[in-house]
Amino acid sequence: MKLLVCIKQILDPEIPVRDFSIDREKLEADSANANQVTNIFCENALETALQLRDSVGESSITVICFGRESAEDSLRKALAMKADEACLVMNDLNHTPDSATTAHVLASAIESLGSFDLIFTGRESGDWGNGQTGAYLAEELKVPYLPFVDDIKQTDKGFEVRRQTESGWERYGIPASSVVTITNSDHNLPRIPKTRDIMMSHRKTITRVSFEDLKIRKDELNPQSDSVRPVKLFVPEKESACEFIEGENLNAKIDQLADKIMEIRSTL
Amino acid sequence: MSETSGNGSDILCVLSSNEWDRSAEGLVGAGRLLSDKTGGKLIAVTLGEWQDSALKQLGARCHQVRVGQTQVSVSGGIESMLDYLVKLAEEIQPASILFGNGTVEEEISPRLAFRLGGSSIGDAQALTISNNRIQVTRSVYGGKATAVMELQKSPAVVWIRSRAFPPAGPLPQSGSFETTVIQETSPESIELLQHHEDASEGVSLEEATMIVSGGRGLGGPEPFEDLKALAATIGAEMAASRAACDAGWVPHSWQVGQTGKKVTPELYLAVAMSGSSQHMMGITDARNIAAVNTDPDAPIFKHCRFGIVEDYRNVIGPLTEKLKSRKK
Repeated sequence: MKLLVCIKQILDPEIPVRDFSIDREKLEADSANANQVTNIFCENALETALQLRDSVGESSITVICFGRESAEDSLRKALAMKADEACLVMNDLNHTPDSATTAHVLASAIESLGSFDLIFTGRESGDWGNGQTGAYLAEELKVPYLPFVDDIKQTDKGFEVRRQTESGWERYGIPASSVVTITNSDHNLPRIPKTRDIMMSHRKTITRVSFEDLKIRKDELNPQSDSVRPVKLFVPEKESACEFIEGENLNAKIDQLADKIMEIRSTL
Repeated sequence: MSETSGNGSDILCVLSSNEWDRSAEGLVGAGRLLSDKTGGKLIAVTLGEWQDSALKQLGARCHQVRVGQTQVSVSGGIESMLDYLVKLAEEIQPASILFGNGTVEEEISPRLAFRLGGSSIGDAQALTISNNRIQVTRSVYGGKATAVMELQKSPAVVWIRSRAFPPAGPLPQSGSFETTVIQETSPESIELLQHHEDASEGVSLEEATMIVSGGRGLGGPEPFEDLKALAATIGAEMAASRAACDAGWVPHSWQVGQTGKKVTPELYLAVAMSGSSQHMMGITDARNIAAVNTDPDAPIFKHCRFGIVEDYRNVIGPLTEKLKSRKK
């Protein structure tokens, strides 16, 4: 069985607010002050794929990333987590392309790599958080699609998967070659790679693919050709006027807290 | 593929939850906001089984209601829904197609945009039109920044935080109705096998007016029992941070935040949670946020109207007792 996991490298979403700033020209976050990390949902996706591969045997996982040169680090980490192969689709554009363009590029690259039994993406990214690449990718590849998956088993006909919903979950049967997006659950927390595997990952070759290789004309990819583009980006101002409840003792403080809660409740 | 919006001026609102609730009101309100600007018609498109009384509310507020009757649940018949919506959009040529917030809506929006050669974005907190194009305001970078995104290809397919939009009043003249039975046009490639609802006694989190929420600081599933007792006393619903859900302490349907529910209560009481920006994205529209936390520098307090710096273990039990006696 051949599995493909699409991953994205993003600005570390855990950086404190005080270290976050905006590049006003590019209309994206300033990348100077923070590390680049693999998007967490992409790691959840890789972890889900690793567990599936290890449960069925005779399988391999290819990890693909459309990103900058620095994305090599994310692919090395995926190899250290025991993915089998890695492919970097080089993004040397001057802007950050939208989800539709990203999916178009990924689809071309995936077609050049061959066919896969299941394609994974994260449900959304921690930077722009559009949550659309998986859906666009399925449309580009003309294959079935199921988002918000947190559990996958192989069956005779394809796969049986669990999807999270607003109020619970659903189980679906999906055919081979589908695209699934993975969401977080208590059993797909990404594993920590072993030191030895980290060392080994540096000996592996990462396949590099350029726009030219995919016959995609770079000059046709720009903010104007994207279907969606940012026209403003700013840090929202927050009012911070928290009233810290004080009192002689804890009992008096809790009394005040109860009063305030009842006051709001009485307005309902 | 048209380069700009404006080959049509009508606005479609697709309603797949079959109730006239605050969410539906906000979605129609957002639709009216746009149709007033484009001068086009506001057309409600319903999927699933709708009661006559709910349809009447739509008819009073929209120029037209297209009732799509379905044999299967919306999530069990996504391909048929997509085929139906594509056909409808090709007939009407709308400037924009709006959806509410839900996992099905989130799934359909980009796929519909792709098939129509349009553009798509989600989690809209505000909508405007500039230079004949739809612009969407949304939180990005885990709530650290706000972006205005321009949708450059028509139609603009957008799922919105429907409860963030004001409801629209009735139109002078009621809209017309047209009913279509949605056919199973193409075989569903995916098969719905089982549907499960997590146990819930009250209203949905999105509709809740009071919410008690627990975070990583609770350290395990047991303290949630105390929070539940507190919530029951004031008629609040339960929620949790992603950390608490990922740890398996409570179901994922309780999760509030960037990738969880977006809630709009009058009171959101956050217990033992730091208030990461990702979590705050789910509660930006809460009227009052209050917190119980041992750390006065916890980011949650920056968003609070009031709070108490104390170990929750010393607070929740006595607070529940005091609230009980005040209710009497």
